[in-house]
Amino acid sequence: MDNSVLPQNSLISVKNLSFSRGNKKIFDDISLEFERGKITAIMGPSGTGKTTLLKLIGGQLFPEQGTISVDGNNVHRLRRSELYNLRKRMGMLFQSGALLTGMSVFDNVAFPLREHTHLPESMIRTLVLMKLQAVGLRGARDLMPNELSGGMARRIALARAIALDPMMIMYDEPFTGQDPISKGALVQLIKSLNNILKLTSIIVSHDVLETAAIADYIYVISEGKVVGQGRPEDIEQSESDWVQQFMTGAADGPVHFHYPAKDYVDDLLSTGKRYG
Amino acid sequence: MGALYKQNDCEEHKKMIAFLDHLGKNTRTSFTKLGRGTFFLLQTLSGILSVLIRPRLLFNQMYSVGVLSFLIITISGLFVGMVLGLQGYYILSDFGAEETLGVMVAASLVRELGPVVAALLFAGRAGSALTAEIGLMKATEQLSGMEMMAVDPIKRIITPRFLAGLLSMPLLAGLFSAIGIIGGQMVGAGLLGVDEGAYWSQMQANLDFQDDIINGVIKSIVFGFVASWIALFEGYDAIPTSEGVSRATTRTVVNSAFSILGLDFILTALMFGDN
Ligand SMILES: Nc1ncnc2c1ncn2[C@@H]1O[C@H](COP(=O)(O)OP(=O)(O)OP(=O)(O)O)[C@@H](O)[C@H]1O
Ligand SMILES: [Mg+2]
Repeated sequence: MDNSVLPQNSLISVKNLSFSRGNKKIFDDISLEFERGKITAIMGPSGTGKTTLLKLIGGQLFPEQGTISVDGNNVHRLRRSELYNLRKRMGMLFQSGALLTGMSVFDNVAFPLREHTHLPESMIRTLVLMKLQAVGLRGARDLMPNELSGGMARRIALARAIALDPMMIMYDEPFTGQDPISKGALVQLIKSLNNILKLTSIIVSHDVLETAAIADYIYVISEGKVVGQGRPEDIEQSESDWVQQFMTGAADGPVHFHYPAKDYVDDLLSTGKRYG
Repeated sequence: MGALYKQNDCEEHKKMIAFLDHLGKNTRTSFTKLGRGTFFLLQTLSGILSVLIRPRLLFNQMYSVGVLSFLIITISGLFVGMVLGLQGYYILSDFGAEETLGVMVAASLVRELGPVVAALLFAGRAGSALTAEIGLMKATEQLSGMEMMAVDPIKRIITPRFLAGLLSMPLLAGLFSAIGIIGGQMVGAGLLGVDEGAYWSQMQANLDFQDDIINGVIKSIVFGFVASWIALFEGYDAIPTSEGVSRATTRTVVNSAFSILGLDFILTALMFGDN
């Protein structure tokens, strides 16, 4: 194992994973470890497959090669009922929030509790209000999802993700769409959830500063490969061009801002097919 | 001259191949879609038990299907019945048989127009709304979110809606027929002077419970099954974008209409063939 994280202490381990969409290879034989009780961040340019990785871990997509195990279970070998039992212990915060539009904020947070427990309604109410208080939106309980801003929806979704007190949470871009104040609050929230509830957290994000502030370990992925990994301070010192470019946000370097295209000048000067 | 023929042949040949290629591809997509649809139906049916344990899910859906369709079914039933009263009267009075107007109106409604028109209206109103609802839930990741919360979206979302459609259809068809019969009576007895007692008594004497009413109910259950299946599957199978959902909604209405009318012919031939 060339990995610096001890595998026996990892809750989730991804081994030699390959995955493609159509002809496009999204992951090419990558291995990642996510240590118990820690916050591990996955960073990388848009479209590298960060969301895809979370869906693979959640068992919604199947790898072409390699294995993913969560708490000792090979996710893609489980029977359906076993997978569902495992998912009850995995919280996931979708990039879009994915709140159920037909019900109020309160009912959304209560949804997993009502589906999976037989708690009396009074207890559910208490739990829901506690979770909403934790994300600072107890006052929004009677709103419908279409009355929320994008940032609020994400926080409600977080309250819902922790409703069943899971062992881990996967955050897909938690910071985008948050104003600086709630961004700061959210950073603290993720940190304290992780410490108080002894959660294992995976954060997928582009926000270098926020993520580096709370992550214990960072993987930088690009074009299907891990191009850098280590503690935040190691990553900042990294000599890899890829990682430097990503951390400093330079538009050009090994990672290109532009989608592959023919030469710009040629493209502008050519008359285009319609007239040619 | 020869060369010209040859070239023409070649063109024809290419066109033919392109046509066959197109046909083959289309057939294959239709069959794979049918396969997916069948699998979806089986999954939906396998959720019935879990819905019966939580009947509230079902009642909520029946309520919303009913609310969506009630007004359109009532108004359409009334007008269809009134038109039947008029047309029936013109024909029957030529033979001096206007006393049997009630039989004609009721039989047409109970056997055919009730189940068929109510199902078409259901597909256009409630069916398209179901497709849009499910398609949007898919596009906004609500279905995948539910899966990640270890809740099976088919059992929790699809099956209750399917059962609601299936069970509402006979009720809506019955409502349509009942209102239509009243509409026929209003025109026939109220406006055109058919004897009101005869309208009702002839109807009672000549309608057969088994042949007419039960068969009508069977038809509407079959239509409810097919229309709900198509609506839910199109939503679930939609390309998860706004354009994909709007296309799926259109397909629901078109495919349901074809299926309902085609099945109506088959069912009618089976049920009423031997008289
Ligand atoms: N359903 C799909 N069908 C085909 N290709 C897909 C699908 N979903 C995603 N992709 C492709 O997979 C690649 C990775 O997508 P993914 O959503 O995982 O990226 P991401 O890293 O989360 O990007 P972002 O930071 O913008 O959210 C993209 O190139 C995308 O085009
Ligand atoms: Mg993403």
